[in-house]
Amino acid sequence: MAKELLKGNVAIAEAALRAGLEAYFGYPITPQTELLEHLSRRMIQLNRVFLQAESEVASINMVYGAASAGVRTMTSSSSPGISLMQEGFSYIAASDVPCVVVDIMRGGPGLGNIQPSQGDYFQVTRSAGHGDYHPIVLAPASVQEAIDFTVLAFDLADKYRHLVMVAADGQIGQMMEPAELPPMRPIRAERPEWALTGAKDREKNIITSLFMQPEEEEAFNQQIQARLKVIKKNEQRWYEYLTEDADLLVIGFGTAGRIAYSAVEAAREKGLKVGLLRPQTLWPFPEDRLSELADQIRGCLVVEMNAGQMIDDVRLAVSGQVPVSFYGRMGGMIPMPDDILTAIEETLTRLYSAAGLPI
Amino acid sequence: MHQSFLLAGFGGQGVMFAGQLLAYAAMDEGLEVTWIPSYGPEMRGGTAHCYVVISDKKIGSPIVNNPDVVLAFNNPSFTKYEYLVATGGLLASNASLITQQSQRADITHLPVPATDIADEIGNLRLMNVIMLGAVVTAHGVLPLNSIKRALEGHLPAHRRDMLADNYTALERGAAFTSELFPVK
Repeated sequence: MAKELLKGNVAIAEAALRAGLEAYFGYPITPQTELLEHLSRRMIQLNRVFLQAESEVASINMVYGAASAGVRTMTSSSSPGISLMQEGFSYIAASDVPCVVVDIMRGGPGLGNIQPSQGDYFQVTRSAGHGDYHPIVLAPASVQEAIDFTVLAFDLADKYRHLVMVAADGQIGQMMEPAELPPMRPIRAERPEWALTGAKDREKNIITSLFMQPEEEEAFNQQIQARLKVIKKNEQRWYEYLTEDADLLVIGFGTAGRIAYSAVEAAREKGLKVGLLRPQTLWPFPEDRLSELADQIRGCLVVEMNAGQMIDDVRLAVSGQVPVSFYGRMGGMIPMPDDILTAIEETLTRLYSAAGLPI
Repeated sequence: MHQSFLLAGFGGQGVMFAGQLLAYAAMDEGLEVTWIPSYGPEMRGGTAHCYVVISDKKIGSPIVNNPDVVLAFNNPSFTKYEYLVATGGLLASNASLITQQSQRADITHLPVPATDIADEIGNLRLMNVIMLGAVVTAHGVLPLNSIKRALEGHLPAHRRDMLADNYTALERGAAFTSELFPVK
């Protein structure tokens, strides 16, 4: 297929329906609304379910219901709306039903503003709801990745019967880039065998998140943990650039990661030995690769559009082997390549002087 | 080649669409491109802007501190963005509405009486395409024809009757620049 100039939100919506989305439930919120708007037209054209719910709480519970019936389903929102969905995420996770949630993050906390932010890294990676689990979290940095990761999200959700989040920000949602959409897949003909489809002539399926006996709840938790272990082993994804001879590794995801790419290019033009690691999965975090890279670098510079959240995962992965510095902007402010370049130069100067090397 | 454009004006002046035409043209020329709007509580009469970055390499940031080219459609945009133009860059202004003069000696100035030209063609809303024709001609990275093709491909269905006028607008803008900077 040829490349088209696509807005991130629209691209995610179109990719989702081409991946076989059968039912969408959502509630408008900037900077995500074009996603819902596109589906409101396209889903009806294709005779599929589009429903604008009365709230985010309702949307996620509708998703829970549709997912329990074995339907490919999703919702999308932005930070405050995602907060409202927390209870539903946890019930979904505790019910082993697959679904996709898109979070186009904006400035917070609170009502905050509508500009791009990565302030919800903790929220999406640490549990996205109460209880002991992690969703799988994919972090696109371009419109093309937004498309590819949306399709991947549905496949991973089905593969692991797990909640998968696509976590982007207002910049990815609002920007247009040339990108290629996937071909239209047919809607899945059969429901999974665990789905609630009516139990005539078969044993009934039960989907619940209630386990009153602690022994039973612990056993269920062990199942979740076993699955997360497999996911952690199989699904770490990242993009890497000029790391072979890098003394300093810049680490950023999504929008911050792509802006850091510009800064790394500028640093290389100045002859500085700098590379980039851009995590594409936030959970599981690409800790194995980062741990390897920690053996060959002198330090890390983490760049985020928040006060420093992913930096915790970086510290865990490098495990004290090298110093970890931070550059961040908050509240919907976007770091500029020049600012990151300055942070790169300062960090390198510190690292070299600490090692007694010429700068 | 890595060129950044900032287009700014009142909401309703066609800032976003002019930026998208640039983006479509760049894509059709096989270049990398990003387009990103200011978004949120903008409305007709308020101010709006968008950035377009065109490159022959992968684009990192779609937003820049100092754009190579600024297209200012109104006075507030001129005031706000004149000083941001990169050294050696191009500042194009809609001279029909912008009364200010830039004192910067390190950039090229392109004051285009775009609203007046649009009035001559018979539709004030062609101002944005006149500005684009003038800028593309002065800048030289994209051929004028690529904008023409972008108009043909992406003018919305309910504006198709304005295609011919848009071509005229593009050519009038280009002609203005050619007269201002005659090829030696």
